[in-house]
Amino acid sequence: MDNVYSLLAFVLLAGMILGSALLVVTLRNLVHSVLWLIVMFVGVAGIFLLLNADFVAAVQVLVYAGAVCIMIVFGVMLVQRPDMQNSNPINWRFKLAAPVVGGLFIVIGLLTAKAQLTASPQEVPEQTVQALAPILLNDFVIPFEVAAVLLTVALTGALLLVKEVKANGNGS
Amino acid sequence: MGTALNPSYFIVLSAALFAIGLYGALSRKNAIAVLISIEIMLTAVNINLVAINKFLTPEAFIGQIFAIFVITVAAAEVGLGLAIIIAMFRSRHTVDLDDFDWMKW
Repeated sequence: MDNVYSLLAFVLLAGMILGSALLVVTLRNLVHSVLWLIVMFVGVAGIFLLLNADFVAAVQVLVYAGAVCIMIVFGVMLVQRPDMQNSNPINWRFKLAAPVVGGLFIVIGLLTAKAQLTASPQEVPEQTVQALAPILLNDFVIPFEVAAVLLTVALTGALLLVKEVKANGNGS
Repeated sequence: MGTALNPSYFIVLSAALFAIGLYGALSRKNAIAVLISIEIMLTAVNINLVAINKFLTPEAFIGQIFAIFVITVAAAEVGLGLAIIIAMFRSRHTVDLDDFDWMKW
């Protein structure tokens, strides 16, 4: 009975994710695209909860649906001209892109149907944070610190890029 | 092991999401829309990583660690991408990707 419920949850979440992702790439108004992007990220967090990855789901909601979408909204407000109605036009390449991505999806689907995936008999534990912490802070401590340095460098570089350029030369 | 959900469902969902993101990245004119489409593609990769982690190696947790690193790098990439787009908008007053032609000979 539990399997039926998880299958139902998967179908609902997949419909929500794919529908909102299609709206993101087809709507003409860029602000509406960003709002549907938040819906898609929350749906993906639901998929992560269905896969027993509660820490990744929490990070997904905090970082993607919170921080990244707010940052994109600020970028849209800083960049756009007053007319928002047709702010996101499509170019001539969509006629080329549609068969390419359709072919890619069909190829991946056929390969997936052909693959022999043997599921492991073990189950993921209910609490994943206690298992993630020693891996992240013992085995993966160097990439963890490198990620921190990467975020600092990216923040400093973004500040340098958007800093107002003085008309008469040297910075200050 | 339950039989209702198997890994190929999640792989097909991730492939569909990746295809939608690729279509958006190829067919939009606005640079911010292309950045959003790249985020959609990275999210599709994350679904694949976590699903493979659950179904094939549930005791190793490497897939979830990699998903966290992908989320970190994606956040840094969005910050830098928006900064570059704002800097280019200041000099050219456009965000249309077809108008970015500095490198044209």
